[in-house]
Amino acid sequence: MPRQANFPQVNFLVKGDADPGQMPGFKPFPIFHPAMTGFLSDLSKVLRNDKEAGQYPDVVTFAFFCRSANLAALEKPYASLKKSCVGRGVTFHIAPSNVPVNFAYSLAVGLLSGNACIVRLSEKQFPQVDIICKAIQGVLHRKVHAGIRDYLAIVRYAHSDEINACFSRICDTRIIWGGDNTIARIRRAPLPPRAFDVTFADRYSMGVIDAEAYLALDDKYGVAVGFFNDTYLFDQNACTSPRLLVWIGCEETVEKAKAVFWGAVDRVLADKGYSNEPITVVDKLSAVCSAVLCLADIKVENSRKNTVMRVKLNRLDSALSDHACGGGLFYEYADTSLDALMKIISRKYQTLTYIGFDPGALRDAVIENGVTGIDRIVPFGRASDFSLIWDGYDLIRQLSRMVDAQ
Amino acid sequence: MLDYDQILAVTPYSLVKEKKAGFLLGIMQHLTAHHYAKCPEYRKLLDAFGKSPEKIKSMVDVPFLPVRLFKAHALRSVEKDEIIRTMTSSGTSGTAVSKIFLDRKTSANQTKALARIAVYSIGKARLPLIILDTSAVLKDRKMFSARGAGILGFSMFGRDKIYALDEDMNLDIKGIEKFLETHANENILLFGFTFMIWQHFYELLKKHKFHPDLSQGVMIHGGGWKKLADKAVSAEKFNQALNRVCGIARVYEYYGMVEQTGTIYMACDTGHLHASVYSDIIIRRHDDFSPAEYGEKGIIQTLSALPFSYPGHSLLTEDEGVVLGEDDCPCGRKGKYFKVLGRIKKAEIRGCSDA
Repeated sequence: MPRQANFPQVNFLVKGDADPGQMPGFKPFPIFHPAMTGFLSDLSKVLRNDKEAGQYPDVVTFAFFCRSANLAALEKPYASLKKSCVGRGVTFHIAPSNVPVNFAYSLAVGLLSGNACIVRLSEKQFPQVDIICKAIQGVLHRKVHAGIRDYLAIVRYAHSDEINACFSRICDTRIIWGGDNTIARIRRAPLPPRAFDVTFADRYSMGVIDAEAYLALDDKYGVAVGFFNDTYLFDQNACTSPRLLVWIGCEETVEKAKAVFWGAVDRVLADKGYSNEPITVVDKLSAVCSAVLCLADIKVENSRKNTVMRVKLNRLDSALSDHACGGGLFYEYADTSLDALMKIISRKYQTLTYIGFDPGALRDAVIENGVTGIDRIVPFGRASDFSLIWDGYDLIRQLSRMVDAQ
Repeated sequence: MLDYDQILAVTPYSLVKEKKAGFLLGIMQHLTAHHYAKCPEYRKLLDAFGKSPEKIKSMVDVPFLPVRLFKAHALRSVEKDEIIRTMTSSGTSGTAVSKIFLDRKTSANQTKALARIAVYSIGKARLPLIILDTSAVLKDRKMFSARGAGILGFSMFGRDKIYALDEDMNLDIKGIEKFLETHANENILLFGFTFMIWQHFYELLKKHKFHPDLSQGVMIHGGGWKKLADKAVSAEKFNQALNRVCGIARVYEYYGMVEQTGTIYMACDTGHLHASVYSDIIIRRHDDFSPAEYGEKGIIQTLSALPFSYPGHSLLTEDEGVVLGEDDCPCGRKGKYFKVLGRIKKAEIRGCSDA
């Protein structure tokens, strides 16, 4: 069992009174139990009153996510399951190294599903992580939360198969963020027979824009800000960040819409003071050149600044996702229907952001075409908003156990 | 056709700005047209970027390829059976290496150009040579790479060559002592890679308290400072430290890459790296690839007259540098002189991959 004494290299950022090794003996809670929602909403209050936390939009967004009103809204679709679903027991979360606040969402979902949670943070330091962990530690040690105090452990350790194995051995669900390489590494550690992994692999995301509908919108700048939040906010490296834009409409309208759209994006980039590192620019140029050599019929658009590099595709190729690069490299394709797009969708495709489409109709297209990818269909600007349905998983259902009574 | 005999007959540092521009621009236009005609991949790239050989009106118009492209793609501008040698970069284990295809003519021109340039630092006479590396470099085929090519290239300027390190990377103290006895009172040439010299020559001299008298030596080194970054070794510190342990006073760094072997950028006595007439550098701003002012930091683009069998005559490197001036270095050499600031740094990735 992982004890601090055995693993001096495990650093506990948040810890109750008991050792995490005892977690398998704890009683799981029903989903959305007041003990958990109460804790999260107290945490929300602390973060919302924390001046330092207020400096970080991602921490503020997380604090908002944990507000009691929002938790109540999240709970609604699960009302009928509250009597039958309880936590599976212990969840072991492997957080990604580069989205600072992601660990907190993962933890919140683990708690809302009624589990005791062990969260492994990467070694990379972020002020956001420290702020949230400090707040959690404080709230957890209030008397009122004594009942769940031992249900949380947030740890940090250097990559270690041995420690991964120790935590894996005692968990019922393992949640692996961080992409293909992390998944492969963590999977070297065996799980108990009934346990399983919820994995968040490397994904590829795209946007579809109805050119005419876009041109009819009033707030082009607002759309561009939303697009910025979907992409540049994470240097286009989030798995939800669109890398391919499919424009739907007649050629003339599409060209007009593109000009307006990228003009607005340029203004937003300037206003936000966004810039690329030199290495990112070289990465993007290298990726474009490779794409030119590997894909047919490509034209590289002239761009004023390297922060936006655009490649015009005259046909869609299933190898396209091999040529992705962060930092503002966009492939664009224009058509009059979504048929060509549906043909290249593979398991790798995750989020479809849209302008001017009915999300229900897009979902119908995904299902009717029998494609293996696209798990999320969200409006432009909302690509990275966290939700309890993620990557095709209903996380509450995944992390809880349904007791069937007939 | 390009007449390389005529090109290489031009004295390496003889042309001032206007004259050099006329000389090298013609070669660049010619090479771009040649690769466009003979290398389908190169043509595809230029077409996709909307560029063409005819559009080149000045040196800054010459399209550049990111140097990394040679790692993922085999780019050739002559028939396969004309290739006599494939050079590879010394990638760290596990990473892809560049593949550079050489025909007889390109290979010979590399040797000639290197000789024309090196004479300024070494002189015309063939000097007794100490290679500051291990003989294993040339024996192990996997290691035959930029390091091997560099050693072979500089070996032609020396005679009675010995290696300072044995195959197990131990300093061959006896061999060096014997060599210096045989060549007492002679000028000596020492060649090696910056990192190897520091790690396996300087450090070992210090460790063994072995202080050979190399005050008659000329040391040529290249390969960059990247691997020494964590030791905070600057060129100045490097020179001083070596001077302390072996009395060497004439230490010249060079900058170059396996993709443009031959047209290296040698440092002068002032410590400035110089572009010869056979090559040039342009510093590019990373935000829009526009050419930077002299004194302004940016990504280094290198242009070389030699690459004929592969489209490597204009490359965007992954190094940052700054042009210090042109035609007015105190050393008297004409052409641009510059400083390399190091590799561009690996980006801090924001996003959800790579835990």
